[in-house]
Amino acid sequence: MSIDHDQDVTRAERSDNVPAIPDPGLPEHTWRPTDVDERLAKRAERQVATLFGLSSVCVLLFLVSYFVLDVGDNHTTFAGFGASTVALGSTLGGALLFIGIGIIQWARKLMGDHEISEMRHPARSSDEDRAATLEALALGAEESGIGRRPLVRNSLLGAVGLLGLPAIVMLRDLGPLPGDKLYHTVWEKGMRVVRDVVGTPINKADLEIGDLVNAEPEIVFAVDEEGEHVLEGVELQVAKSKAAVILLRMDPSDITPAKGRENWSVDGIVCYSKICTHVGCPISLNERKTHHLLCPCHQSTFDLADSGKVVFGPAARSLPQLPLMVDEEGFLVAQSDFTEPVGPSFWERG
Amino acid sequence: MSVDTSKVADTNAGTAATPKKPGKAGVVANWADERLGLGTLMKKNLRKVFPDHWSFMLGEIALWSFVVLLLSGVFLTLWYTPSMGEVEYQGSYNPLRGVEMSEAMASTLRLSFDVRGGLLMRQMHHWAAMLFIASMMIHLLRVYFTGAFRKPRELNWVIGSLLLLLGTLEGFTGYSLPDDLLSGTGIRAADGFMKSMPVVGTYMSFFLFGGEFPGEAIIPRLYTVHVLLIPGILLALIAAHMLLLVYHKHTQWPGPGRTEENVVGFPMLPVYAAKAGGFFFIVFGVSALMGGLLSINPVWKFGPYDPTKVTAGSQPDWYMGWPDGLLRIMPGWESHFWGVTLSWNVFIPIIVMPGLMFTILLMLPFIESWVTGDKRDHHLLQRPRNAPTRTAVMVALMTFYGLAWIAGGNDIIAIKLHLSINQITYFIRAAIFVGPVIAFLITRRWCISLQRHDEQKLLHGYETGIIMRSAEGGYSERHLPVNEAEAYTLTAREREEVWTPGDRTDANGVPAKRGRLDGLRGKLSTLMYADNVQPVTKEELEAAHHHADHEHELQASLEGQPADGHQFNGHHAVDGEDLRGDH
Repeated sequence: MSIDHDQDVTRAERSDNVPAIPDPGLPEHTWRPTDVDERLAKRAERQVATLFGLSSVCVLLFLVSYFVLDVGDNHTTFAGFGASTVALGSTLGGALLFIGIGIIQWARKLMGDHEISEMRHPARSSDEDRAATLEALALGAEESGIGRRPLVRNSLLGAVGLLGLPAIVMLRDLGPLPGDKLYHTVWEKGMRVVRDVVGTPINKADLEIGDLVNAEPEIVFAVDEEGEHVLEGVELQVAKSKAAVILLRMDPSDITPAKGRENWSVDGIVCYSKICTHVGCPISLNERKTHHLLCPCHQSTFDLADSGKVVFGPAARSLPQLPLMVDEEGFLVAQSDFTEPVGPSFWERG
Repeated sequence: MSVDTSKVADTNAGTAATPKKPGKAGVVANWADERLGLGTLMKKNLRKVFPDHWSFMLGEIALWSFVVLLLSGVFLTLWYTPSMGEVEYQGSYNPLRGVEMSEAMASTLRLSFDVRGGLLMRQMHHWAAMLFIASMMIHLLRVYFTGAFRKPRELNWVIGSLLLLLGTLEGFTGYSLPDDLLSGTGIRAADGFMKSMPVVGTYMSFFLFGGEFPGEAIIPRLYTVHVLLIPGILLALIAAHMLLLVYHKHTQWPGPGRTEENVVGFPMLPVYAAKAGGFFFIVFGVSALMGGLLSINPVWKFGPYDPTKVTAGSQPDWYMGWPDGLLRIMPGWESHFWGVTLSWNVFIPIIVMPGLMFTILLMLPFIESWVTGDKRDHHLLQRPRNAPTRTAVMVALMTFYGLAWIAGGNDIIAIKLHLSINQITYFIRAAIFVGPVIAFLITRRWCISLQRHDEQKLLHGYETGIIMRSAEGGYSERHLPVNEAEAYTLTAREREEVWTPGDRTDANGVPAKRGRLDGLRGKLSTLMYADNVQPVTKEELEAAHHHADHEHELQASLEGQPADGHQFNGHHAVDGEDLRGDH
């Protein structure tokens, strides 16, 4: 510290730090037309008052718009816009802007425009103040005995430190532990693959080569004997967010099935998780000629003809594939749940 | 021009007005002062001087847009319901009637279509948020490029950086609240980001969402963060930012009469108060016009959130664009070891990089003062050219930011410009490393040549654009000296000294122990200062003037020649001057 301080002094004292040209001092004040001509000053006064008046007019127009223009079912339109929002915004904007411009005009034309000078003071306290402060601190420390009684000090520090534990532990009930939830979806053996939105089952004959269907497990739409949905609310949302799939029918000869997945497709119909393995966006952009599937969020591209492998973009893992078969009625069903967790990677995934 | 100047103050050191018999206002003032002691406080500050420059207004935009955010935000809370409970929408917007959605989305639609002025306030709130963050960024650049972050203002730089970080988080939590398809997609991506964190990621996700994504807790929790937690901290930090500004007094540009020891400008009362106050109304008014006339975040077009759906061209708000861009250009790297997974492809761009960039931002003032060894107070601003390396560092950082931001829109660029998204991505993967280096080198040299230009101007005068032909047939351009005020301003900066490891001794003249990083520090200091053009000295100036006198002698024969034109150089009145004289 002291070293740097010494350096400061030598620097400040260097004569070549003085500008080559002496400071000519503040320039002469120039008077504005409104300072010297009463007529112009009066005119500026009228201008400012007019601006404030216009603001009041805008407020009146705002009130009129608020009560006259309808919103809701039968809203008034203007040039295709909801007239209420446009009118309220313009009049409120006008009311505020006119006040602002008026005040600034007042300041520029009529208020004194003499620049004045003020001395700066260093941010640091004076040496006397520092000394007094240190003395007070030392006195306080001495009188409290914090230095002389380490037992008191250390036990207090320990006690206060431990107070952090309740604060952290209390957050435990923010949510349940992950458990094995991320490893499973609602898919199970024999569950039908149904179209999303409408929920109708899909016969393999319904799909032409090149057709892509956004699909979901049947249970998402299922109702029990009393007509109640089996899955509702949070459960439904969680189920949908993991179980959404993509069906694509392609020429069976295009498919290069991975080892052990030879019977996962049905006549060229393959089923993959719709949830991107990057950060979990639903994937939906299909390039028909190449059977590449592109995620609209970060452009990871997966090859559905080749086990959903990543061909481009930031994703690291292939799209999980859902093994397909057909049930006795000829509808597409799952052979089992996904064989790996769907969606983004996580630490415990392995 | 007879003006009464007797009442015009040119300093704050005046005699106190003689107290008169108090009027009604006086009675109130007395009541308040006897309880609060406001008199002493106000005596100091009512005529406090603030220097005037357009660039000092940028921070003001941020301040006032924050006020607009508070006002419009309170309005929105009166109707918005932070709940993920499912309801069937039955409001005025026909296309969504009968659709199941969360109460958050339904109440947002109600605000937009059934509350008069509701859509206006929603859009004002969103536009003001854009203004808030944009103006903070530009204000930050201004402060950095002019060296206003130097001692004693480093802590205000830190506070300002925290404000920018918190403002960004506040923006993210805010645009997540409507629970429409776009915001839900953003929250889902955020879930993926959290899961990429080593060890704690999965737990953080489950705790934040109250279970598996999406759960029903996230909207109410984000709401509390958005309307209470972050705004509270923002408010406290803004107050601290302002108090430090007042305590340090504002920086000013050097010029005649403006030195390190004083501050020259308009007094707070009335001029500065009026201008700043008037400017509040202008920022408020512009937000209102934008809210009324420019559509933003039309959630009814996106529809309610459905975890199985997404829209093409999904983009976060622009200030989130740069980490999103890094996420897009990152190669798909993932490690599997000891039975765990580490997703570098998500963890690096979205968790590490923003933290790293923010740390660099926070450290900039401290790194610079360490490199230069400069521990003095600075109240005069520097032109960006006069700190070439500093300027180049920020331009390099801006280039990095800009390229990452462009990467965040790679899909939009590919579609609009009919380019290959793969090629754009490959290009930016390389450019993000090369671009900042090139930007650094170009900016630094550019600044140094501007410094040389300033030196030339000072020593040899400015170029008049008048080409003179001598009797011998030689051509020369006429230079005229710059005026005194400008010449002073050009010289009014400090001589820089390269920090060298060897020259330190302690108070007793014993050489200080060489530190471990001293070599690096010396090299950086050389990079920082060695190539800069130092302000001209008295001797250089005298030598140049002597040279100029000699040149004038040579050109003297040309004086008074017809059509020399230099009378039109703008440096003196041209009334009565003829281009062609009667010679």
